[in-house]
Amino acid sequence: MSSTNLDTVKNAKKTPHQPQPYAELGMKDDEYARVREILGRRPTSAELAIYSVMWSEHCSYKSSRAHLKQFSEKAPATDVLLVGMGENAGVVDVGDGWAVTFKIESHNHPSYVEPYQGAATGVGGIVRDILTMGARPVAVMDSLRFGRLDAPDTHRVLPGVVAGIAGYGNCLGLPNVGGEVYFDDSYAGNPLVNALCVGVMRADGIKLAKADGPGNKVVLFGARTGGDGIGGASVLASATFESEGGTKRPSVQVGDPFAEKVLIECCLEIFAADLVVGIQDLGAAGLSCATTELAAAGTGGMDVDLDLAPLRDPTLRPEEILMSESQERMMAVVTPRHLDAFMAVCAKWDVTATVIGTVTDTGRLRMRWHGEQIVDLPPRSAAHEGPVYERPIERPYDQDALIEHDGHDLPRPRNGSELRATLLRLAASSNLADKSWITDQYDRFVMGNTVLAQPEDAGMIRLDESTTRGVALSTDGNARYTRLDPYAGAQLALAEAYRNVASTGARPLAVTNCLNFGSPEDPSVMWQFTEAVRGLADGCQVLGVPVTGGNVSFYNQTGATPILPTPVIGVLGVIDDVTRRTPQAFRTDGALVYLLGDTLDEFGGSEWQHVAHGYLGGRPPAVDLAREQLLADILINASRDGLIDSAHDLAEGGLAQALAESCLRGGAGVRVILPEDADPFVALFSESTGRAIVSVPRSEEIRFTDMCTARRLPFARIGVIDLLVPNLEVQGQFSVQLRELRSAWSSTIPAQFE
Amino acid sequence: MSVRVGVVTFPGSLDDRDAARAVRIAGAESVSLWHGDPSLHDVDAVVLPGGFSYGDYLRCGAIARFAPVMEAVVAAAADGLPVLGICNGFQVLCESHLLPGALIRNDHRKFVCKEQALRIENTSTRWTSEYRESQEIVIPIKNGEGGYVADERTLDELEANGRVVARYVDGNPNGSYRDIAGICNEAGNVVGLMPHPEHAVEALTGPGTDGLGFFLSLAGVAAA
Repeated sequence: MSSTNLDTVKNAKKTPHQPQPYAELGMKDDEYARVREILGRRPTSAELAIYSVMWSEHCSYKSSRAHLKQFSEKAPATDVLLVGMGENAGVVDVGDGWAVTFKIESHNHPSYVEPYQGAATGVGGIVRDILTMGARPVAVMDSLRFGRLDAPDTHRVLPGVVAGIAGYGNCLGLPNVGGEVYFDDSYAGNPLVNALCVGVMRADGIKLAKADGPGNKVVLFGARTGGDGIGGASVLASATFESEGGTKRPSVQVGDPFAEKVLIECCLEIFAADLVVGIQDLGAAGLSCATTELAAAGTGGMDVDLDLAPLRDPTLRPEEILMSESQERMMAVVTPRHLDAFMAVCAKWDVTATVIGTVTDTGRLRMRWHGEQIVDLPPRSAAHEGPVYERPIERPYDQDALIEHDGHDLPRPRNGSELRATLLRLAASSNLADKSWITDQYDRFVMGNTVLAQPEDAGMIRLDESTTRGVALSTDGNARYTRLDPYAGAQLALAEAYRNVASTGARPLAVTNCLNFGSPEDPSVMWQFTEAVRGLADGCQVLGVPVTGGNVSFYNQTGATPILPTPVIGVLGVIDDVTRRTPQAFRTDGALVYLLGDTLDEFGGSEWQHVAHGYLGGRPPAVDLAREQLLADILINASRDGLIDSAHDLAEGGLAQALAESCLRGGAGVRVILPEDADPFVALFSESTGRAIVSVPRSEEIRFTDMCTARRLPFARIGVIDLLVPNLEVQGQFSVQLRELRSAWSSTIPAQFE
Repeated sequence: MSVRVGVVTFPGSLDDRDAARAVRIAGAESVSLWHGDPSLHDVDAVVLPGGFSYGDYLRCGAIARFAPVMEAVVAAAADGLPVLGICNGFQVLCESHLLPGALIRNDHRKFVCKEQALRIENTSTRWTSEYRESQEIVIPIKNGEGGYVADERTLDELEANGRVVARYVDGNPNGSYRDIAGICNEAGNVVGLMPHPEHAVEALTGPGTDGLGFFLSLAGVAAA
């Protein structure tokens, strides 16, 4: 490049009035003015690139940060948190010197533009976050939302997203052990792809993203930098698709899972030999983010020769190199003493590694391009001191009407045959139907530590073959509940994930979250967001499970219409002995089926309301976190003491759907006798929370019921498992052969895509 | 002295640690072999594990075939060394011409991961002697390009000489000709198998322990 085109620091000082395209890069007038104030001059174009991406909503959390503080302020007292929020991912102590790190992150917009690559690089990005903490990634899961199952664009987006997750995750050798898939019109132009990864390490092996020690070397390693995803962070994540005019729609990043697999093994070998001072992955905002964050967290300064960065496309300008979101790249800080050993490990794995800079104590991030100074800024100003907005908040005008019209007069099934039809219709509905067409495209066996995988209540992974210790993970989110009451909706998602983890026998320990909402510039969306954050923070405080990290995704909307507010909550639990895990399937002939918890007439936001009447109104089921804790205690103790041999939480579709799933999972029939005083419809389809069904071997019945009685958990014996008669029978109401039920449940999704 | 079984790691191998674990659970000693090292380190048998060697961006196994370690494997296989290629390893064996035929994209064009029933058709190979003739087993299958194809004459030869080691039952998961899940060479020391026995060696983490027989079959190999 001719140096005449290069915007150097010297040039910037000489030409203070040169117009700059900050608005096109998504910066507001006052944000640009603030950059000028920080620098005492106009930024160079390279500096403008850095600030524009670092101060984007995606990287700076400028609309959410003021609210997310609650997760720290209300954090419950806990001694399990080794690394809290703010790092690449939180780290949880799971005992015996083991630590686990986990996080969920969105890749929504890229997955709409280019479903395969968008979803694939979503997996790649979250895996690198986990790797960066010093952990071996050991499992992934995905929380997905699409438009209506039969919508034409769903047929474009879903197969691509699923193939992308499979293509990338399978090639990394990470088992996919859970997640969720939901369909709703509101996601038709804006699918949600939230990817979660969990990693395992020894507690003394934690790595942090900081550039300490003047004179230490800054090494860029992994894939070469290309032109993919340029501007992705600031433009893709901050503007909606419908906006007209000059918004550039940059290419989505392209993933190379093989490069990432090799990078994982290379990094783990580097960690094992203790060769790095600090490490950071390159994700959104690429080199801009890695350099400013590493420098800001460390001694405070860094000198970088940007022209040394290995390129895939030699014509890239320095601004583009700084903004590129090319995948499978990492940056490490290495002492001169360890540099040769570091480079030798990279060479062993054929990973390109290049020293591009040095740590300094100047307090400045300085970059040169062929010897000329093009960046000279205080790194904290870009990484941590971006704008913070208190966006206007207003309760949506239709919120009261939505709650008031609660659908109590919607016609309900009146007899056994109508109840039977409702069961089959719900089981075959898109949200409750069998998802194995999707999940059978994911490898769940690799690594040999998968104890439970989808469709179990939670995924469970043994930490290592040397131990019986394991972790369980579940993600949940119910957007219709959240639309009706965002405070309760976030807590309901938390409660369900918590309950799912406990159903497998694991004790819930910590929380991650991915908050998917519309535009923060819409006051009613901002109301939904702030209510959900408050609900989640309060809920975590009561349940004693801290938020360890997460991700906010705004601007999920089509035109002016936002998606349903969708907080997706991930809960991680620990189990001492994975051989004690409780599966979902009915499997023991003659075992007794117990329903735990209380059932009320609660149909606001229910699957029945949605499927049978296309209706949404009323209040979501009441939240009772104390009850959730009690139920979890019972489920965990019963698992540990061998009192139950199956457990399944009750959620969408209520008792009927849970019974259907446990029957189908085990290929076992059940005879159900509903409590005498119960309204059969309410008993079968209400979505009251804090409930689960368990099967209890007859030999353990007294011990189990004694425990429930002592702890004052309501319980009711509702049936018996019958391995010989493959029917789901509700006495006095109806009976369905499992063959018919399975056919209804399992043919919905394949019928759309085969 | 226990049997020493080498497990090769190519860049992009995924099931190498699973294969090593299976070897250990079967009572043998596992030895890591590196793709760039032409020595087999005096092992008594070799497993080429599943995964995506070198990314498999060309044809599956097409680049792994040229790894230095494969020269040694091909030579030793000719001398009777037991070699088991699982999934990607099967693809590498076909690309190396240790086994006939090829593995192509699944007929339904999706990756498939499920518990799969197989019938063991040949129990006289070095890797299947622990099984009963026609024994049905269930082990995981997981592949994107697992459709076994060969010309009619090759298929007839394989059938005639008992070289179809395992066949899919209760449904063909990938469009393999004649439901073939695994084959062996004429001598029976080289076996290629698309499903994954190494993922069925512990009841806790697999569909059962039906896969263990492949690794237990090696007992006595060192003495032989």
